[in-house]
This record gives sequence, C-alpha cells and structure tokens, in this order.
Amino acid sequence: MSTQTIAGVAVDVTDEGFLTDPEQWTRDIGVEIARAEGIDPLTPPHWQVIEFMRSEYFEKGTGPTVRVLGKTSGVSVKELYQLFPKGPAKVAAKIAGIPKPRGCV
Amino acid sequence: MSDPIKKVSIIVSKGSLEGVYPGLIMANGARAEGIEANLFFTFFGLDAIHKRRIGHIKVATVGNPGMHIPSLVGVLPGMSAVATKMMEKKMDGLDIPGIPEFVEMIGDTGAGIYACKASVDMFGFTEADFVEHVQGIITVGEFYEMAAGGQIIFT
Repeated sequence: MSTQTIAGVAVDVTDEGFLTDPEQWTRDIGVEIARAEGIDPLTPPHWQVIEFMRSEYFEKGTGPTVRVLGKTSGVSVKELYQLFPKGPAKVAAKIAGIPKPRGCV
Repeated sequence: MSDPIKKVSIIVSKGSLEGVYPGLIMANGARAEGIEANLFFTFFGLDAIHKRRIGHIKVATVGNPGMHIPSLVGVLPGMSAVATKMMEKKMDGLDIPGIPEFVEMIGDTGAGIYACKASVDMFGFTEADFVEHVQGIITVGEFYEMAAGGQIIFT
C-alpha cells in the first residue's frame, strides 16, 4: 500500500493501484485512473457502470461480478467488454475507486 | 515479475459436469482479467455446446472417487441426477451460472468457442447441432494456429 496523488488528491492505493478507501474517490480521480487504463474519454455508459459498481459496493460491501453487472446494471456482458476490454469487473472497480473483486466467476 | 499471460486456448474433452466446468471457469476468468481466450470442445466435451445436450450435463457418480460414495450406490437409477441437482444448487448459491448460461456468457465476453472437426465428424454432428455462440468447426491444425503465442490448457 502507498499514497499516490491522483487528480490533485492524495489517496491510498494498493500495489495494483486500487483505492483502499472508496470514500476518498472523486469523479476526477475516476477520469484519471481510466486514462491510465487506456479508457479516454469515459462515456455515459462507462459512468452508468461505475456508479452502479459504487452503489453495489456501498450496499453489499463488495463489488459485483461481471455476471451480476450484466444482469442488473442495464449494460450487457457484451457491451461491458466493449467498454472495458481489459476486464469489466476489475477495471471498472479500479476506476470506481472500490477494491478489486475476488470472485472466480 | 514474469510476463503476464496474454492468451489461453482451453480444450474441453470431457462431457461430465466436473469435466466441463473447470474449462468454462478458466476461460471466463481469463476474459475477466483481460486475457484473450479460446475454447475448443472435443470428444464428449462437445455435449457442452450441443443444443439438445447442453442442458443435461451430469456429474459422474460411478468411477469417481471424489464423490465419496461407493460405485455400487452410484450406479442406482437417478443417482447422477440427484448429485447433479445438489451440485447445481450449491453453485447457484455461489453465483456460478448453469452451463447453457455460462457458455452464452463466455461467448459474450469475446472468447472464441469452437468445435473439433474430427469429433464432430465422428459423432455425425453438423453446425446446426450446436448452440449459437459456437463460431465454427475447426481442425486441430486451425486450433494450433489460433493458439499460437499463448498457453494451451487441456481439461
């Protein structure tokens, strides 16, 4: 774990760059992490997924799997992989400032 | 740190529940990590993409020491169906989809799904026998071409 300045804010991140405290997150931080992940700009469907991930996380204590995202976020699995080609659950969690999901499915 | 895996090509050769799931989970998991993935179904593994059989994949209750029931019990009518139901219920609780939904989802992740030509010919199947996410019937040579530069996993 280390402290990193993202979008002008000092935040705590894991070795892989996931925020350890989702409360430190801002939309600007999301934009900057996305850019580092090669996603620029974040379009409305990206934000739909990011906001859904955050609300799921705050409600359930863990980020949703791709399957749950596909069923309940309003964005299909196919579109999720188009929006986040390097892995929707993982990359969207990183951009959304929530911990890396650990599910196998 | 060594170079991350960029591509996996997974062969599914068995037609039992425990024979099919590992390959599906590994393919789906690869895509979730942003790794390119291909699934190649061969021999009895073809059941997992066969329209009429995909919904009837069962656990082997005979000759399967992992089940911890005597083979003489496992042979009783309905045992395999009961064991399969129990396992499916457990997996559902863990949010693991059934095989038909799983194959569809893996197709949607952008993974390649293929049937082995030699096995298809042997069983007398045609393209029409397979679920829609199957992208083609390919030869072993074409499989190797597709797998080039990545890892091959046999299950």
